[in-house]
Amino acid sequence: MIRLAAQRIALGCLLLVAASVLIFAGTQILPGDVAQSILGRSATPESLASLREELGLNKPAVQRYLDWLFAFLSGDLGTALSNGKDIGESVAGRLGNTLFLAGWAAAFSVPLAIFLGLLSVRYQDRTPDRMISGLSLASISLPEFFIGYLLIYFLAVKLQWFPSVATLNADMPLGEKLRTIALPVMVLTMVVLAHMMRMTRAAILNVMQSAYIETAELKGLTPFNVIRKHAFPNAIAPIVNVVMINLAYLVVGVVVVEVIFVYPGMGQYMVDHVSKRDVPVVQACGTIFAAVYIGLNLVADLVSIISNPRLRHPK
Amino acid sequence: MSDTLLEVRNLRIDGTVRPPGEKPKDINIVEGVSLTLAPGRVMGLIGESGAGKSTVGLSTLWYGRGGLRLSGEIWLKGRNIQTISPGQLRDLRGREVTYVSQSAAASFNPSIRLMDQVIEATILHKIMSKSEAQKRAVELFGALSLPEPEDIGSRYPHQVSGGQLQRVMTAMALCPKPDLIVFDEPTTALDVTTQIDVLAAIKTAIQHTGVAALYITHDLAVVAQVSDEILVLRHGKIVEHGAVQQIIEAPKEEYTRALVSAHSIPHEEKAATDNPVLRLEDITASYEGKIQVLTDVTAEIHPGQTLAVVGESGSGKSTLARVVTGLLPPDKGRVLFDDQPLPPALADRSLEQLRELQMIYQMADVAMNPRQTVATIIGRPLEMYFGIRGAEKRRRVIELLDQIEMGESFIDRYPAELSGGQKQRVCIARALAAKPRMIICDEVTSALDPLVANGILKLLLNLQTEEGVAYMFITHDLATVEAISDSIAVMYQGRLVRYGPKSEVLTPPFDDYTDLLLSSVPELRLGWLEGVVQNRKMESAGF
Repeated sequence: MIRLAAQRIALGCLLLVAASVLIFAGTQILPGDVAQSILGRSATPESLASLREELGLNKPAVQRYLDWLFAFLSGDLGTALSNGKDIGESVAGRLGNTLFLAGWAAAFSVPLAIFLGLLSVRYQDRTPDRMISGLSLASISLPEFFIGYLLIYFLAVKLQWFPSVATLNADMPLGEKLRTIALPVMVLTMVVLAHMMRMTRAAILNVMQSAYIETAELKGLTPFNVIRKHAFPNAIAPIVNVVMINLAYLVVGVVVVEVIFVYPGMGQYMVDHVSKRDVPVVQACGTIFAAVYIGLNLVADLVSIISNPRLRHPK
Repeated sequence: MSDTLLEVRNLRIDGTVRPPGEKPKDINIVEGVSLTLAPGRVMGLIGESGAGKSTVGLSTLWYGRGGLRLSGEIWLKGRNIQTISPGQLRDLRGREVTYVSQSAAASFNPSIRLMDQVIEATILHKIMSKSEAQKRAVELFGALSLPEPEDIGSRYPHQVSGGQLQRVMTAMALCPKPDLIVFDEPTTALDVTTQIDVLAAIKTAIQHTGVAALYITHDLAVVAQVSDEILVLRHGKIVEHGAVQQIIEAPKEEYTRALVSAHSIPHEEKAATDNPVLRLEDITASYEGKIQVLTDVTAEIHPGQTLAVVGESGSGKSTLARVVTGLLPPDKGRVLFDDQPLPPALADRSLEQLRELQMIYQMADVAMNPRQTVATIIGRPLEMYFGIRGAEKRRRVIELLDQIEMGESFIDRYPAELSGGQKQRVCIARALAAKPRMIICDEVTSALDPLVANGILKLLLNLQTEEGVAYMFITHDLATVEAISDSIAVMYQGRLVRYGPKSEVLTPPFDDYTDLLLSSVPELRLGWLEGVVQNRKMESAGF
């Protein structure tokens, strides 16, 4: 089992390197280079050449990639072209904000999704199941910007319960922060809830076909305990998988939500700099997103290895 | 305590089938079943598959699989369980009535330790404290002669063998000290050599605890060993009910008589000829070069004769068939067909070589394309090997259908519209259509009820006489072997432990393994189980 886990971790690292190569290659393919972007209209052949020399752009691509990779690994993400700020510093704050938002969204949506999933298995094909399925499908079908604006209209403008703009300051007390991010958390929860809920339901229903569920029923367990004690533990692997994909989405895919609520997170930071053609920033953000994605999926893999009794307790 | 523990009055069970593309249909599964059981008595429920045995068994827990609807009265310890509340019903399940299923391997939760599952119901119903329950479980493990009774509870289901799991499940059913246990084919999925141990363990446990039991099986010889009385079911109705002795010695009904005399097909052994149709020379085979499954197997099959390959699961029987058909090229050794070596791999064999060697499988349902009619299924080899098409093909298919005693009316049916035995017959016709010299039959009767299996065996023997085709007949059922074979190969852990003409193989002196195998086949007489167990104890004590 440890070998299997080590294999997965090694594979994850390899994948991350591959992703960084792709991101690097992507930035190379774009027309123009950093020197051109910096100088813009004032570029003359001479100034371009000297700036390229200065930035090391004349070195071969492989070397530049390795330089960038080692700098990245040692924590130096480079400087943003558009404002000359250190990318590492800006990202640190932004990433913290994004994780704060994603974390709270996860803290609400994951338990809620699993609970609703259990509930719809308990009342399979009956009214509660249909209602849960219907509502969650509706919420996944609506685009998130639409849900966002709906919530802003009703909860922020009409009822004035929450602020419509989620500007976060480091020195806000926690309660204030939570009130600030309430709307984006709601939107995110609604977006990821349905997927997780439905996969939980499907995974458990799949297990419910097993003969050992009948055994449990014939022991006289209550329906909910049959699900909780006998079905759920055997459905963990697929559930963790879908939870992790959704967590990754919460970190990586919140761009739209961050833009709607003007939230100072990674997504907005990246979008801003894409429009400014600030390649080093895009590169750094892309790599961080890839790392989050791969890391969370790696966790899902490890959990499914650990949750398999055959791997945990070999013969 | 009154002298009636369980009384079933006029039980009726209905279900709804939903065939794809058609309206749901209500079907009746069990009708008018009544029975009474006194405390501590064992009643055997016997019948073919679909007779409603399991359904009747589960009704004593008021449990209907897959939405079956139960009606009628079931009185348990003086109260009608039809009318009690869901809470009271849960209290009954796992406390007063427990259940042992056919497949213990599937009936244990793979992610919970055995001990926690065994004592779950006992603790849930607050019959004992956790430590008392564990103590009782260990005692039961010992009584059921499980190895390391102190320790086995800490294992997970996949760490224990199938026969042991079946005994652990029996311990699980006994643990809460129930009044009634429903045993649903508890030994059917086991090898004969394992079955006898489990059977003996169950019988001892029933005697010692004085629990009453419903013992469900399709094997009359098995049920005769453990029951006091037998109830014969067919198509959801009671055929006959009586004491064990009466049922097996003086059955009143036609159907019961047929059940009792199943497996008595006389078959004269044919003498070996000079030119075997198939010869296996020193076959050694393994999967992915790692796990060696066959070691130095040498055997031959003569034209128009049957070689039975017997052994328990994992002995390499089916692997041998895979080598012969070319699905698994051997590591060492040759397969000779008519004295000509066959290419080891399937892909290298010619169409003619493929035609000469056909195969029939255990599961007829999955060996046919469900979307093709019988005409297409049987017609395919005619077209492929002989290029016969159109009206001529249809005529040949009808001929073949007559040969398998089914007739023209089945020609446009789909597999789903056939019974289990009919499906297997169609598979036989398909193999026959190629006019092969030899057919490999891989457990072709194992999934069938005894009477249906009997019909198939008779058909195979008739076809052998008519067509002169040779069979390699793979089976774990020794009764079948006796009925059909001319020579026998006994396999154990990938080796031939005994091989020769039937009369020689089945005549003492036996080697240890063949002796064990033969003495484990349940016989239809009272006291057989005790006799065998007694013999083995004496032997192991050195008498």
